[in-house]
Amino acid sequence: MSIYVPNGKVEREQMLDVIGVDKLEDLLTPIPESIRFKGELDLPAPASELEVVNEFKGFAAKNSSADLVCFLGAGAYDHYIPAAIDNILTRSEFFTAYTPYQAEVSQGTLQAIFEYQTMISRLTGCDAANACMYDGASAVAEAALMAIRSTRKKRVLVAGSVNPRTIDVIHTYMDNGDFEINEVPFGSDGLIDLEAADKLAEGGVAALVLQYPNYFGSIEDVKAAADLIHGHKGLLVVAADPIALGVIEAPGRLGADVVVGEGQPMGIAMSYGGPYVGFMATNAAFLRKMPGRIVGRTEDRAGNTGYVLTLQTREQHIRRAKATSNICSNQALMALANVIYLTLTGETGFKEVARQCWHRSHYLHDRLLEIDGVTDVFDTPFCREFVIDLPVSADTAVEAMGEAGYLAGLPIPGLGDGAIMLTATEKRSRKEMDSFVEALGKHIKGAR
Amino acid sequence: MEKTIFQYSSSGRTGVALPLLDVPETPVTARFGRKETIGLPQVTEGQAMRHFVRLSTMNFNIEEGLYPLGSCTMKYNPRLHEFLARIEGLAVVHPLSDDSTVQGTLELMYKLGESLCEITGFEAVTLQPAAGAQGEFTGLMLIKKWQDERGQEHRNEVLMPDSAHGTNPATSTLAGLKVVSVRSDEHGRVDVEDLRSKAGENTCAFMLTNPNTLGIFESSIDEITKIIHDAGGLNYMDGANMNAMLGIARPGDMGFDVCHLNLHKTFSTPHGGGGPGSGAVCCVEMLKEYLPPSTVEKTDEGYKLLGGTGNTIGRLLAFHGNVGVLYRAYAYVRTLGPKGLREVSEVALINANYMKARLKPYYDVPNDDGPCMHEFVASGAAMAEKGVKTLDIAKRLLDYGFHAPTIYFPQIVKEALMIEPTETESLESIDSFIDAMIAIAEEIDTKPHLVTDAPVNTPVLRLDEVKAVKDLCLVEPVEHQ
Amino acid sequence: MSNIPENVRYTETHEWVRKEADKYVIGLTDHAQHEMGEIVMAELPEVGAEATKGDAMGGLEAVKTAEDFYAPMDGEVAAVNEELEANPALINEDPYAGGWLYAIKVSDESQFDGLLTSEEYKTHIGE
Repeated sequence: MSIYVPNGKVEREQMLDVIGVDKLEDLLTPIPESIRFKGELDLPAPASELEVVNEFKGFAAKNSSADLVCFLGAGAYDHYIPAAIDNILTRSEFFTAYTPYQAEVSQGTLQAIFEYQTMISRLTGCDAANACMYDGASAVAEAALMAIRSTRKKRVLVAGSVNPRTIDVIHTYMDNGDFEINEVPFGSDGLIDLEAADKLAEGGVAALVLQYPNYFGSIEDVKAAADLIHGHKGLLVVAADPIALGVIEAPGRLGADVVVGEGQPMGIAMSYGGPYVGFMATNAAFLRKMPGRIVGRTEDRAGNTGYVLTLQTREQHIRRAKATSNICSNQALMALANVIYLTLTGETGFKEVARQCWHRSHYLHDRLLEIDGVTDVFDTPFCREFVIDLPVSADTAVEAMGEAGYLAGLPIPGLGDGAIMLTATEKRSRKEMDSFVEALGKHIKGAR
Repeated sequence: MEKTIFQYSSSGRTGVALPLLDVPETPVTARFGRKETIGLPQVTEGQAMRHFVRLSTMNFNIEEGLYPLGSCTMKYNPRLHEFLARIEGLAVVHPLSDDSTVQGTLELMYKLGESLCEITGFEAVTLQPAAGAQGEFTGLMLIKKWQDERGQEHRNEVLMPDSAHGTNPATSTLAGLKVVSVRSDEHGRVDVEDLRSKAGENTCAFMLTNPNTLGIFESSIDEITKIIHDAGGLNYMDGANMNAMLGIARPGDMGFDVCHLNLHKTFSTPHGGGGPGSGAVCCVEMLKEYLPPSTVEKTDEGYKLLGGTGNTIGRLLAFHGNVGVLYRAYAYVRTLGPKGLREVSEVALINANYMKARLKPYYDVPNDDGPCMHEFVASGAAMAEKGVKTLDIAKRLLDYGFHAPTIYFPQIVKEALMIEPTETESLESIDSFIDAMIAIAEEIDTKPHLVTDAPVNTPVLRLDEVKAVKDLCLVEPVEHQ
Repeated sequence: MSNIPENVRYTETHEWVRKEADKYVIGLTDHAQHEMGEIVMAELPEVGAEATKGDAMGGLEAVKTAEDFYAPMDGEVAAVNEELEANPALINEDPYAGGWLYAIKVSDESQFDGLLTSEEYKTHIGE
């Protein structure tokens, strides 16, 4: 009998008796004999807790990546995660609860989400936020669909300076035979070509999708893009790095209509890509077109403040085929990690994290450029991530750096054989950066 | 009641000691700089802990008591899994790491995928979908792609029973397909003749939850899937109710071509107040080439993460799925083994049928023509005539210390109460839930106000949902900065 | 029993239609507003929009339900009830007067005679 099943032989017989059958097989009668599974599933025999722990430790030991000093970003970042976050996340009350359908016994989750919505709104400079999407990329895709619903136009422009993985997801979500996606090229400065966007927008578009800072780390001119797309009666969708918003202006204040992004940098482990969480914020005018769950404040019968899921008619369980999205289960626990992170770091700490990412990335950038033969790819202001050109193959350099103990960055073959994108979070000390620059310098010298 | 975190804020407090900046500063380009304050709270770690712990005490949860939400499979979530997913070598891994440096995670993903294929009777799998609904979308897109590749682009209809979960029609719309609703018969099963009349040259796919949302096994499943295949469509199984069938029956043996599994239901990964889940999708060999990127292959040089074929439906997420959830699901499969998994379903069936048998004298169970599977649907219609709605019964259950069942779904049952006890409940806890349900049935006849006034033993009384929509308040007003 | 006045015509989708001078005014029946519960949002068509019999012209939302409403006749939207924006519950409080939804100018007035009478609507909703 498994350790998770309390009803043993005695109880089962007693229960079958009440049901009025002799044996378990009598309960299987609705399943035709012809399709019943015969025999036993071909799976490994059950393991003890100790064996499972050892097996997992074995897996962990084979993940040498975990030991590397990380200069790789491109959508997932190695930030410090305050210990208190996991203490709260692993409280039974939060991690084993279901979606807060019965509000009276879910006030903890609901109020935490309300606070999350508030913090995301303030961070992005928008009126309201939902809670939440699967990840940053699917949030962008959902935002594009939201713009289509809001404008009744079927074409979306996507800047070529958006993360290619995000662009892939937009394509997957919009591949219903009815919608069109046009990619706007980026210029030699790595920023969206606004003139090209203006031309492509002729005839009307639902939205322009921009990343801020963009995939290469450069800071796009959100205000100019907003003015441009609004001139064509489309919406500006901005995919923002939340940490960057601690130093650079909130997109909502620059004219963005929908601001989305990846919440992983705010207190969530990299965990090989998930679970992460997508955030989505917008302005009052588009609230009812927004997908996902939303929590609102209300009162109980005695007039006490309380919280409930609200604007539910947008959602699949009510509107079915006409819902704003099919999303049901989301990433609520990860949104909770975000709200705790934003609380613990707070106004000063959060800005300090952002500021340190800015300064450390710039320090790393400047030091790398001191290596003979290393050059800048774009001469554009960047925030916390940047692309440089190595005089040697970026792939080979990443491999060599891996052996030296570093996760060196991401080769960007589209920008040249030596192009590589790097970042430095608040976790990267000067010493680590100096040693890395030295190691990379040595590799380059040897390889040339 | 607990204040909001913003109301604890006082200038200068923080909850994290960050490293000191040990590099020279580079001024932030003025025209890009953030001009105003963000408005985040300023509290110490102790204050934050107190706030969130106080909030947590206002949540019902599976470690507190029985949580019989139908089709949600609220079973116990093993604590071991939380330890495992946090082992540093597994948690601190960048998703773009070179394959050779993440062999442990890739091996686990590969083995989990193999296990899920064995459990469902399929040949290929993607672990990328983040939740059931994204799994549904994946499945429909696989089918659509397969149809398109065979010159069947005109097939734009998805058939599904009128008892289908809301995500099924919503997913069809997202995939650009039209919903054709198929009637349920008097026993709550797919009306085979209605299905036959609606399947045809425009049929792209058929979507079915089996056991269905009434907790009833579709006994004609062979015939149903054949009707669709004969019409040129493919069969999709919504695996939300897979907890009824582990080791007992496999979708791949019933004529389904693709299905998703809710790892956060059947495979016991925690729901986290709404997510994360994982909607792994298993399918037949002929659909394999359309799978999204991030599948894992075993080669002589070790495990390899694949980028997707030229025919892929494309990426669903930036990275490889909710890997942390996969860690937990794998541990579950390893702990239970083949016998343990079958036992899960067997006991889930016994628990649900026992509950149904004991509640039937007090609550109407429509569509009851034999054993149910892992859940059943009762109706509060008779009580509604006495002025007590299913919503009231649900709220009264909260007073008795239980979570409520799923209510008002499926929509084809009036005043529905969808009850799923799961296998991790003991006879004692099931009996105490039944006692509460019986007590409520008696209250409805003797003291109905106790039910209509419920809940009263909860952190707040019944909340005004109309006010929430009318006087929308979705964020804390700015005065609380 | 719901209020089903005799001086208007009805549709199977629960709209009522009343001829007023050169326009036809359209609203939601008392029966339907009661079924929906308190209406919290009304999404109305734009003046000038084309109406084709049977097409969705807008939507109404209560807390747990959302329903579209449909054009009972062909025509062009001539006016909408702007008071509903601030006070959609007028549809509940006064469905046949202050809670009207929109008005259309029609091209083929004979369509009006094809609509349900109060007696037929009563049968339709089983009262």
